[in-house]
Amino acid sequence: MIRLERRPTPSRVWAAASPLVAVALTMVAGGLMFAALGKDPFEAIRTIFWDPVFGEFAWYFRGQLLVKAAPLILIAVGLAMGFRAGIWNIGAEGQYIVGAICGAAAGLAFYPSESWLIFPLMVIAGALGGFLWAMIPALLKLRFGTNEILVSLMLVYVAENLLASAAVNWLRNPDAVGFPGSRNLGRWEAASNPELIAGTGAHWGVVAAVIAVIFAQIMMTRHLMGFQIRLAGAAPRAARFGGVNTARLVIFCLGLSGMLAGLAGLFEVAGPAGQISIDFASGYGFTAIIVAFLGRLNPLGIVAAGLLMALTYVGGEAAAANLGLPGAAISAFQGMLLFFLLAVDVLSNFRVRVGRGVVA
Amino acid sequence: MTTLLELSGLTKAYPGVVANSDVSFSIARGGVHALLGENGAGKSTLVKTIYGLVKPDSGSMRLNGKPYTPSEPRDARAAGVAMVFQHFSLFEALSVAENVALGMETPPPMRDLSRRIREVSEAYGLPLDPTRRVGDLSAGERQRVEIVRCLLQDPSLLIMDEPTSVLTPQEVGILFATLRKLALEGTSILYISHKLEEIRALCDAATILRGGKVVGEANPRKASAAELAEQMVGTKLTPPKARAGAVGEIILQVSRLSMPPASQFGTPLKNVSLAVRAGEVLGIGGVAGNGQDELLSALSGERRTSRETVLLEGTDVSRMPPSARRAAGLLTAPEERLGHAAAPDMSLTENAVLTGTARMGLLRNGFLSWSRARSFAKDIIAQFDVRTPGPGVAARSLSGGNLQKFVIGREVLQGPRVLVVNQPTWGVDASAAAAIRQALLDLAAEGAGIVVISQDLDELLEISDRFAALNGGALGEAVPTSSLTMEQIGLMLGGAHDLEEAHV
Repeated sequence: MIRLERRPTPSRVWAAASPLVAVALTMVAGGLMFAALGKDPFEAIRTIFWDPVFGEFAWYFRGQLLVKAAPLILIAVGLAMGFRAGIWNIGAEGQYIVGAICGAAAGLAFYPSESWLIFPLMVIAGALGGFLWAMIPALLKLRFGTNEILVSLMLVYVAENLLASAAVNWLRNPDAVGFPGSRNLGRWEAASNPELIAGTGAHWGVVAAVIAVIFAQIMMTRHLMGFQIRLAGAAPRAARFGGVNTARLVIFCLGLSGMLAGLAGLFEVAGPAGQISIDFASGYGFTAIIVAFLGRLNPLGIVAAGLLMALTYVGGEAAAANLGLPGAAISAFQGMLLFFLLAVDVLSNFRVRVGRGVVA
Repeated sequence: MTTLLELSGLTKAYPGVVANSDVSFSIARGGVHALLGENGAGKSTLVKTIYGLVKPDSGSMRLNGKPYTPSEPRDARAAGVAMVFQHFSLFEALSVAENVALGMETPPPMRDLSRRIREVSEAYGLPLDPTRRVGDLSAGERQRVEIVRCLLQDPSLLIMDEPTSVLTPQEVGILFATLRKLALEGTSILYISHKLEEIRALCDAATILRGGKVVGEANPRKASAAELAEQMVGTKLTPPKARAGAVGEIILQVSRLSMPPASQFGTPLKNVSLAVRAGEVLGIGGVAGNGQDELLSALSGERRTSRETVLLEGTDVSRMPPSARRAAGLLTAPEERLGHAAAPDMSLTENAVLTGTARMGLLRNGFLSWSRARSFAKDIIAQFDVRTPGPGVAARSLSGGNLQKFVIGREVLQGPRVLVVNQPTWGVDASAAAAIRQALLDLAAEGAGIVVISQDLDELLEISDRFAALNGGALGEAVPTSSLTMEQIGLMLGGAHDLEEAHV
C-alpha cells in the first residue's frame, strides 16, 4: 500500500524541483500522445522545444518568443498574487479582452490625431478597463458573497460577446467596406505599440512585464501587503487575527490582476494583433493560470514559466505547420503540464511511504 | 483481584522520538487504573496501542490471559476494549441516537437503540435524551454520548482520555460516580490524566510515564499529590511567586457587550461587562463552548461590536481593527495555536510579524524589516525557552507546548497594556505551563491588566485575583479568588447540566 505522510516542514528541494519534474513528465506523456497520433514523438518534441530556439528558423521564432511570453508573464504575475491569497481570478481572459477594447476605443476616438498623448491614454484606458472588469467579481463577492471563480469565469464569455460586437459593430473600421475588425492600430503611428529593438520582438508589453515582475517581487518579499497576501492564503483565520482586511485584499488582488491583464490586452491589440477582431482572444488569460502555477506563484519563477510556455506556443505552431499536429494536441500538451505540476507538487508537502503503516 | 490486561515490554518509536520504551504494567479486573504523565510522555501512543490504532514495534499484550494483538479499533472493540477520546467525534447536526448508531457495526432499529440509550444512561446516572441534536448539547452531555456509546458495547475495559478537561466540578462528580459504579460491576477503567487530585480521588492504582518509560507505580490513595507530581515531571516544581503588585486604575472596561454568534452552533455574547485594573489578573472560567472564543474575538478586534462596548484606558476601541487595537496596547492570544494564533506553514519569523508589526517597529513606510523581525523572533525563542532549531522553521514543526510558549512570548514581549489569553496552558507540559503562568504574573506586576480565559480551574485559582464565570455567553459577577471554594465555582459555572435543564 502506498501512503502519503505529511512532512513537518515543506520540502524546499521538491518545491524547486517539481516544475522540472513536471516538464519532464509532460514530455514523456506528450510524446506518447504524439505517438498515438501517428507522429514521431522525438521529432515532435524537438520541433516544439528545440527548433524555435536553435533551429534553422530560430531568427524568426526567437522574436515570437517574447511576443508570446510578455502577455503571459504580465497576466500571470497579477494572478499569482491573488492565488497566493486564495483569491481565484480565473477570468483574466475577459479582463484581457476588455482592456484591449477599452484601450483601442480610447485611441480610436481620436483618430486620426497624431498627438503623442494617444498611446499613454490608451495604456491608461486599457489598464482601467481590465481593472473595472475585475471589480465586478470583487464587488459581488464582497457584497453578496458570490464565488469569484464562477463570476470571473462567466464574465469571460460576456467579454467575448463584447469583443464580437465591437469588431463587427461599434469599433468596425468605417473604411473597410463591411469587413469586420477595427482600424489597424499598427499602421497608425500615434497608437501603435511597435517592436522597440528590431528582431527581438520586444514591445512596450515586454517593458511592462519586466516592471511588473520587479514590482511584484519586491512587494511579495518586502512589503506588508505581500506578507498579508501570503498570510491570508496560508492561514485565513490567523490573517484575520493578525489584522488583515480581507475586503481590501480582495479588491487589491482582483484589481491588480485585472489591471495587468487589461494592460496585456492593450499591448497586444496595439502591437502584435494590430486591431480588434473577432478572433482577438487567444487564450493568454487562461494559459497564464498555468504559467502562474508553473512559476510557483513566484514572480521570478513566472518569468521562466512564461518563456517556457511561450516556447510551447511557438513550437506548437511550428509543429502544426511542419508535422500536421492538430492545434488541440498542443493545448492538451499545455494542459498536461499543469496536471503533472499539481500532481508532483504534492511531494513538497508529503512524502511517499510504501507499506502498511500506522494510523496516527 | 485478577488481572484483566497485561502489557509487557511495549516499545514504539517514531522517526526521531521513542514514544514508548519497554512499557509494562497490568490492569486489574474492576480496577480504576491511572495512567499519569505530562504531555509528550507517551500516554496517547500507549492507549492507541491498546485500542488497536498503533502497532507496537515490540512487546506484547495479554487480555484475560490470552494474547491480544488488535490490528484495528474494531478488533479492540470486539475484544471488549472501548475508548472515550479527549476530542469527541460527533456530528453536530445529527441526534444522539443517530450518532451512537454511526459508531456501531450493526446498529439495531432506531427505536430499540433509543430505548437502550435511555436505559443505559439512566442506569449509570448519565441522563441523556436520545432524540436531541448533538449541536445543542453541552460539552459534558456530548461526553455522555461518547460514554454511553461505549457502554452499549458492554466493555470489559473502558479507556478514558483526559475526560474532565471539558467538565464543571459538579459534572466531574457525576462522572466519577458513574466510573466507580462501573468498576464495582467489574469493568476495568484506564484513566488518563495529568490532574493529580482527580487521580487521588478516583483511582486505586497508578502508572507514571515520563519520556516514554514507566518511571513508577504508585498507590494514589496513599501518595501525596506532590510526590506524584515529582515523579511525573522529574524535578520539583516551583509554584508561581506570590505577587505584591498594587492594583491600579481600570484599564480595560467592557460594558454591555452583545454579539450574535458567527455560525449556527456558535454562542452569542449576552450583555458581557467586565473591568480589569492595571496590575490585576482577571480569570474567566467556563466549560468549553460557552462563549470563550467569541469573547476573545470581540476583544482582539476580529469582530467589531457596538460603540462604547470595549474601552481601553478610556478610549473606545470597539470599532477598531486588530492592528489598531494592538497599537493602542490591547493584545490577545487565542486558544487555537495552529491556524489562529499562528500560521502553520509560515516560519517563526513570519509569525512574529503576524502580531508584532505595530509595537515592535517592524514596519517602515509599509515595508517590513525582516532583520528586526528575525531578532524579535530570536528574542521570543531565547526568553521563553522555545525549543526549536531557529526562527526559520515552520510553526507547525514545533510541539504544542513550544508553540504556545512562542505565541504567549510574542505578546508578552510587546509590553501590552492589556493582555487577553484564552487557554494559555492547554496541552502544555507542567514546566512550560508554570513558565507561562509566571510570565503572565510578571507582566501584571509591571502594571499590565491580564485577562485569562481558561477551563483549567486550578490554573485560574492559582493566578487570578478575581474570578468570573462565562456561561452560555453571559459573564457572571467577578469575585475575589481568595474567598472562593471549588463548590462555589462549580455553581458559578452553571452547575451540573441536567437533562431537564437545557443548557444555553
